[in-house]
Amino acid sequence: MGQITLQDVQKSFGPVHIIKGADLDVADGSFVVFVGPSGCGKTTLLRLIAGLEDVSGGKILIDGKNVVDTPPAKRGLSMVFQSYALYPHMSVRGNIGFGLKMAGLAKDEINRKVEAAAATLNLTPYLDRKPRELSGGQRQRVAIGRAIVREPKAFLFDEPLSNLDAALRVQMRIEVTRLQKQLGTTAIYVTHDQVEAMTMADKIVVLNGGKIEQYGSPLELYERPANLFVAGFIGSPKMNFVTGELAKQQGATTIGVRPEHLRIERDGAGGWQGTIAVAEHLGSDTFLYVDAGPLGMLTARYIGELSLHAGDRVSLMPEPARIHRFDQSGNAVRG
Amino acid sequence: MARMATTQRVVVSTIGAWFFGFLIFFPILWMVLASFKTELEAFAIPPSFLFFHWTTENYATVQERSDYLHHAVNSIIIAGGSTLIALLIAIPAAWSMAFSPTKRTKDILLWMLSTKMMPPVGVLVPIYLIYKSFGLLDSRMGLVFILCLGNLPIVIWMLFTYFKEIPRDILEAARMDGATIGRELVYVLTPMAIPGLASTMLLNLILAWNEAFWTLNLSTSSAAPLTVFIASYSSPEGLFWAKLSAASTLAIAPILVLGWFSQKQLVRGLTFGAVK
Repeated sequence: MGQITLQDVQKSFGPVHIIKGADLDVADGSFVVFVGPSGCGKTTLLRLIAGLEDVSGGKILIDGKNVVDTPPAKRGLSMVFQSYALYPHMSVRGNIGFGLKMAGLAKDEINRKVEAAAATLNLTPYLDRKPRELSGGQRQRVAIGRAIVREPKAFLFDEPLSNLDAALRVQMRIEVTRLQKQLGTTAIYVTHDQVEAMTMADKIVVLNGGKIEQYGSPLELYERPANLFVAGFIGSPKMNFVTGELAKQQGATTIGVRPEHLRIERDGAGGWQGTIAVAEHLGSDTFLYVDAGPLGMLTARYIGELSLHAGDRVSLMPEPARIHRFDQSGNAVRG
Repeated sequence: MARMATTQRVVVSTIGAWFFGFLIFFPILWMVLASFKTELEAFAIPPSFLFFHWTTENYATVQERSDYLHHAVNSIIIAGGSTLIALLIAIPAAWSMAFSPTKRTKDILLWMLSTKMMPPVGVLVPIYLIYKSFGLLDSRMGLVFILCLGNLPIVIWMLFTYFKEIPRDILEAARMDGATIGRELVYVLTPMAIPGLASTMLLNLILAWNEAFWTLNLSTSSAAPLTVFIASYSSPEGLFWAKLSAASTLAIAPILVLGWFSQKQLVRGLTFGAVK
């Protein structure tokens, strides 16, 4: 079991409020990603759950038990750090088995479990090497091995892939997701990369300025963002926002349309007209950055190749059902 | 062409390095050579480098006139004792400053170092009087105490920089793994800090072994370490170069041997953290 519940969790460092009251329910076995810009408090929130920081207020329940006064090791969680944080003087075997040794398990049992974990992660040939003799990806796998071997109630990941190069990151992303599904253990994963969040998560928590902006499945966040911040943060390229008369006609202060929901017409008469400033041809997609005069810069995405170039006039037609409306305070207007 | 230039550069820099190494080592070599000369040859001009009448009579005289062993034992006790006590105080101090720093930590460190900026002779008279009233003059305990206090700022400062190099994440990982503070110390921190601890200890031993100001002023005979033993050869009757050299060679021999065997640790410790 690994159900984690936060009730009005707060954290301040001196006069600075980092976490301003977070409420959250993480279901057993789910993969939850905390995402947000740097400084939004996502790592702090993770460290509060881990017990590496003390809360300033509120409750953290693990399987229904309040753990705010429980030391990290007794919470039954394990953590994978951004810097891997391997013990440099111990072999891979020693690193993975350290937690079991601290728990006082017998030597053969430790060996058996370490070898099973190493086999899962393809680390068997490296068991007797020191961390400095391993590549970045292998070190990351050792850190994950150290986390899974203890059979914790939940895994906590603190931006574990941000030190890896792009290709390896994609590979490890798939491995981590697969491993989590295979083990069925609850996981909380912190990242600033919204692509990682969208691809890995069962549910995403979008954090901004120490507040939870929205909590939902990736597609919920994409299709029904709760406010301007989430609308702008989730999705790449960013959603287009238009204010003024056009928004007022829709009964909103701001309207938003994603680049992929703009139909592109050459020399069209209707819609939003403008001149292409930059056209990016990726083969699979075409991105157009259009100077639409009073509406500002708009981004449009076309699936496939579209032979338009900088300087061409286009008109962009938003799909009516895909227009997001936001009120004066930035919250989504429904209905 | 490029290869030639590289070889040439290696040869030149090797010769240069040997030259400077020899230059720095020369005074010690000269002292050792002088200790095997007669008094007359020791200050002969032009000096003879290797072709002189080799003799060991200086060592015999030195051993006869003063008790080398007595001074050596004092040196070991004073240097060893002051290092040990300094480490006992400095490890927790540096530890807390490195791992739970406050706003004033930097100021405290600077303040500690500032005590080393004052010339010791400035406090000689008050310290001497304090020692006199507490009966600490010419006692090993008194010397252990003063050398320990004198080197403490450097020890704390060095340990602080080593401990700072240990990534916090690793300590937190150990805590997540269920290590108590005690086990964290034994299994994770100490093994990682050993190079730093070793080089700090070694440097402090050398500093304490060679310390002359306080040992000369606060001891005369029963607690006198090797520094006093050397100084006794520059006496009112005149300077005995050969005997002085023999005494000095005997005095530095133990620390030189220690330094030789631990040079790898020492160099590693002194350059610790320079490159990641």
